[in-house]
Amino acid sequence: MLSLDLLIFVSLIYVAFLFSVAFWAERASDAGRGGWMRTPLIYTLSLSIYCTAWTFYGAVGFAARSGLEFLTIYLGPTVVLIGWWLILRRLVRIARAERITSIADLVSSRFGKSALLGGLVTVMAVVGTTPYIALQLQSVTLSISVFANGTQNILSSTNIALWTAAGLAVFTIVFGTRNLDVNERHSGVVMAIAVEAIVKLLALLAVGVFVVWGLADGAGDVLARIDASPISQWGVSNGRWIGLTFLSAAAFLCLPRMFQVMVVENSEESHLATASWAFPLYLLLMSLFVIPIAVVGLDILPAGSNPDLFVLTLPLSAEQNGLAMLAFLGGFSSATSMVIVAAIALSTMISNHIITPIWLRARGQGATISGDVRNVVLTSRRISIIGILTLGYLYYRISGGGAALASIGLISFAGIAQILPVMLGGIFWQGATRIGALAGLICGLVVWSYTMFLPSFGPEVLISQESIDHGLWGLQWLRPTALFGIQGLDPVVHAVLWSILLNSFAFVAGSILSRPSPLERVQAVQFISAFDSGPSARGWQRGATDAEDLLSMAQRIIGAAQAQNLFRTAAQRQGKQGYLPDPTPQFLETLERGLAGSVGAATAHAMLGQMAGGSSVTVEDLMAVADETAQIMEYSNQLEAKSGELTTTARKLRDVNDKLTKLSIQKDAFLSQISHELRTPMTSIRAFSEILQDPDLSDGDRPKYARIIEDETQRLTRLLDDLLDLSVLENGQVSLELRQARLRDILDRAQVSANVDKHLRIRRIAGREDVSILTDPDRLTQVFINLMSNAAKYCKAQQPELTVIVTETPAAITVDFIDNGAGVDMANQDMIFEKFARASDHSKAGGAGLGLAICREIISNLGGQISYLPGQLGAAFRVSLPRD
Amino acid sequence: MRHVLLIEDEPNIIEALSFIFLRDGWKVDAHSDGANAVATTVQTAPNAIILDVMLPNRSGFEILEELRSLPDYKDIPILMLTARGQTKDRDIAIARGASQYMVKPFSNAEVLKTMNALVGHAP
Repeated sequence: MLSLDLLIFVSLIYVAFLFSVAFWAERASDAGRGGWMRTPLIYTLSLSIYCTAWTFYGAVGFAARSGLEFLTIYLGPTVVLIGWWLILRRLVRIARAERITSIADLVSSRFGKSALLGGLVTVMAVVGTTPYIALQLQSVTLSISVFANGTQNILSSTNIALWTAAGLAVFTIVFGTRNLDVNERHSGVVMAIAVEAIVKLLALLAVGVFVVWGLADGAGDVLARIDASPISQWGVSNGRWIGLTFLSAAAFLCLPRMFQVMVVENSEESHLATASWAFPLYLLLMSLFVIPIAVVGLDILPAGSNPDLFVLTLPLSAEQNGLAMLAFLGGFSSATSMVIVAAIALSTMISNHIITPIWLRARGQGATISGDVRNVVLTSRRISIIGILTLGYLYYRISGGGAALASIGLISFAGIAQILPVMLGGIFWQGATRIGALAGLICGLVVWSYTMFLPSFGPEVLISQESIDHGLWGLQWLRPTALFGIQGLDPVVHAVLWSILLNSFAFVAGSILSRPSPLERVQAVQFISAFDSGPSARGWQRGATDAEDLLSMAQRIIGAAQAQNLFRTAAQRQGKQGYLPDPTPQFLETLERGLAGSVGAATAHAMLGQMAGGSSVTVEDLMAVADETAQIMEYSNQLEAKSGELTTTARKLRDVNDKLTKLSIQKDAFLSQISHELRTPMTSIRAFSEILQDPDLSDGDRPKYARIIEDETQRLTRLLDDLLDLSVLENGQVSLELRQARLRDILDRAQVSANVDKHLRIRRIAGREDVSILTDPDRLTQVFINLMSNAAKYCKAQQPELTVIVTETPAAITVDFIDNGAGVDMANQDMIFEKFARASDHSKAGGAGLGLAICREIISNLGGQISYLPGQLGAAFRVSLPRD
Repeated sequence: MRHVLLIEDEPNIIEALSFIFLRDGWKVDAHSDGANAVATTVQTAPNAIILDVMLPNRSGFEILEELRSLPDYKDIPILMLTARGQTKDRDIAIARGASQYMVKPFSNAEVLKTMNALVGHAP
């Protein structure tokens, strides 16, 4: 016999192992390495939480008591999964689109985010799940008590249940409420469940194989035993079969834990396709050895043995302790995984639909700080988990743990199934309303409580024997087992039939009689049209619309010419004259596409929808219109900005172009000038060179002409030097040799170099010239020479005179050169500093016309200015130099 | 009698051209300002003209145009002799009625030959 201590030790090791699997999976998922955990296989295995301890232990008991009927529990889910295309796919897609976190959220969200409905479904889920959790605690307790048989231990059965509940609460709190995830997905928990799925399948298969080939003599012997056993005699009631299959299908869809793993934890729709065959296969394997175990158990174990425990007692009776341990772990896995996921799902529902709304209402305005809410939600979930397990434990204590596992499971199933009409109506029937849903749910809940839940505690616990036997208040038609006087039905079928029927009736009637609120209508459309893709995918029906109306609308949108063209082409294609085609679906589609180009697809669809009436304009359409409008406005704002930029750029470009054109013209003029200035001396040089070759030339002419050649050569050289100088100055490549110098010295040097004293009298005021200045003396001298030479060249006065006046101001030193000639014409004053801008005729100037241009560049390089002073007696130039 | 009027502002070029034409037996007159070139032409009454383009105060093209507008000078040989060598200038000169167009610096013999051809003097 296996010692209880060892069993508990192994259980603890197993639990620790599950903890580490969950922990490791969370870590991997957080680190982004969890991709492989989101596979169809893991998804399918996680669905196995459908197979609880009830399935693991109870199916054998079920079979031992009722024959093949246990298969209905597997048939329901199989039907649902095979038909996944119809319901599950829709549920998953809606849940994804609406960020649904639980079945309560689904119902609440569908009916206008009704808090009342969310709370009601939550209460129903809690009430429906509590017996189920109690069932798991009971199965763990029972299985441990099998091992405890005969040994004394501090662990009484109630203690075991309590410790199990506490341990599960800890695990669930640690991995179920570690953080808040918007999608409510728990990779750690799902991974642990997948591991448990494998453990329980292996355990059951191992026990089955041992029973068939170990205890019995193989398959043939087992078949013979089945034939001989009463199991094969039990007739199968069609009513019960249909009822139970429906019940398990309904529960499979509505159980909070199933909704959690199947819909909320679903990461890809395609996983459903795999699960649709893989999970029925898993169920098949789980049920494969149920009958053999039941039959062999009934055969070889002493009469009165609990068939719910055959899975354990058969190996134990054969002293197969290891196998018994595995079987125990399988059952333990089944129980714990169910409780954990159910607790997570329920705690989410309780905190989201009961505690948080109440808390928010109590806190009023100040509760919108997210961190605040987060803490409240997490805390409320943890408390909820503890509360749920406490409830399960209390149910276990109150119900005495005596009832058969299967019947407790069926009570839960029937309670949860009350959500089914509302859920299906919600996702398929646009006319379903909140009032209808409330009516249906309350009605179903009341009928279920009265016919199944309350009596399940046994007489006199919650309902009197009097009421059970003779109906509430003595009304016969209100007997819980024979409502409306209908007798002879199986109690379960009776309860399910009436609760679901009355539920559905109230739901439909309530929906038809009430009017949905606007928000409900929006949500209804979102749910029902979950599979409608973009607007263009919706075809047009032949509407009752007038082509003329369509044309006038189209003209307003895409312009008269284009609209008429579109309509005429369409009319021609239909073999009609003129502009008015029949509003066929094809034409409407063409038109929609045409309009979409201008106003966006959604707007086009909405507009046509309104006019053609083929499909009503939905709120979704209007939202899409708003989106598009925003986009178009954004786009047009961008366009406006771009057009502004473009204008600026264009203006800049024009300016640059003008400048370039001007520069180009200037350059052409300059080159033309240079060409002229170079060719002129060259012409003389060439002409006289030829003349000098004339042998008849007189001796007097020869040196004269040679002298001309020399002069012109010098002129050419000077011109080239000036050009070079100007080029360097203009490009700013000139290297200035700045140093302190006295202005008088510079003027003295210039006067000597200019050598103009025989043409011109230069008057200077020596006292004012005693100024020290930081400058390039050579360059400044060059400027002064130029100004003096110009005066000598151009001053036509009888007695030419040039006055040089130095003035000091705080900011600058100015040197004025004023002669007593006629001055420069007003017209020419602006251009005398330009290149080749010689005011008078060439012959007398002798220079290339670059002098003042060079002066301007030098002074500019020295940081000063040179300007013509109008209004003086003669020509007057002012050189203004910065002070140090 | 071959008689050329030089309308040219560069004294050295006038000197050179005068020498060349005098040596060839021409009568030579010179004028160095744009302003009253037409008047001088009418006064001196040459039977050929050498005309510069860039003259002080008035462009050679204008002078050419005005001369061609005068009946007496409609057909007189006029050689445009200029330092502006662009095709554009040549086109303007020909369009306005220049008999020939030559670019400075020129070959003395070439100028003589051209002028003699223009006035129909056998070499």
